[in-house]
Amino acid sequence: MNKRVIHWFKFASPQNFYVLAGRMWPWFAILATLLTVIGLWIAFFVAPTDAQQGEGYRIIFVHVPASQMSMFIYLVMAAWAGFGLAFNTRLSGMMASALAPTGALFAFLSLVTGSLWGKPMWGTWWVWDARLTSELILLFLYLGFLALQASIDDPRRADKACAVLALVGVVNVPIIYFSVKWWNTLHQGASVSLTKSPTMASTMLWGMLIMVLACWMYAITIALLRVRNIILDRERHTEWVKHAVE
Amino acid sequence: MQWNSVSEFFAMGGYAFYVWGSFGSTALMVVAEVLLLRSQRKELLKHLRNELLSERASL
Repeated sequence: MNKRVIHWFKFASPQNFYVLAGRMWPWFAILATLLTVIGLWIAFFVAPTDAQQGEGYRIIFVHVPASQMSMFIYLVMAAWAGFGLAFNTRLSGMMASALAPTGALFAFLSLVTGSLWGKPMWGTWWVWDARLTSELILLFLYLGFLALQASIDDPRRADKACAVLALVGVVNVPIIYFSVKWWNTLHQGASVSLTKSPTMASTMLWGMLIMVLACWMYAITIALLRVRNIILDRERHTEWVKHAVE
Repeated sequence: MQWNSVSEFFAMGGYAFYVWGSFGSTALMVVAEVLLLRSQRKELLKHLRNELLSERASL
């Protein structure tokens, strides 16, 4: 017998979610800051020097978080988009568009930091191997999503078109993830997986996991802030927005 | 801790450009995104207030 049922659909209204997001984002921002400080401390002062790569391996502490974020944000974005398509809720499309720029940012950072890691270790900034190429395609999917959104004036129609694009693009995410298994790639295999024990020193692993968590908190903070802007913009002709901006 | 001096820390065992380049570009993008969102919000609020004022003036 649970009488205190939370009415989740109450927050599906942009007006209520605007208020909720405004209350939530500072907490996520605090968590993101704290985790980043702890993560960077471990990354530079606790984690030992790598036996093979010396200090160069420390790029892992930004490269892995950025890469996994780029994939996870895509999945979450596609889920929101799909939800919007199925249930025709306005907020879903707004959430998907709030996530897209941050996802693109992480995909871009994944490629940049990967390149900066590849040069000293592999001797090249870029190779057309399966992992790198599929990550590049992910960046293009994000950019395509943003371009499509910008090219359609009616935001509700834009949401629908973008949702279809996002859902079709989902097929690329497992390709990125399994590319190092399915093909012979220059990129190394996974250092951390669900089925095996990790193949790295525990302080390295902890530093990496904390940086991953910090990126999650950052992405949530940014998505909440951006969705607030999107809500204000799209609901500009409603009475509550007029009240809110006064 | 594996650093004997500050300069050794910044040298990153010869990988300074790559390590600091990675962390630096990430920091730069994150700061840029936060600043962009803030200015976006300010512009939006300004715009909406102006819209509201002109709407009231025309009544």
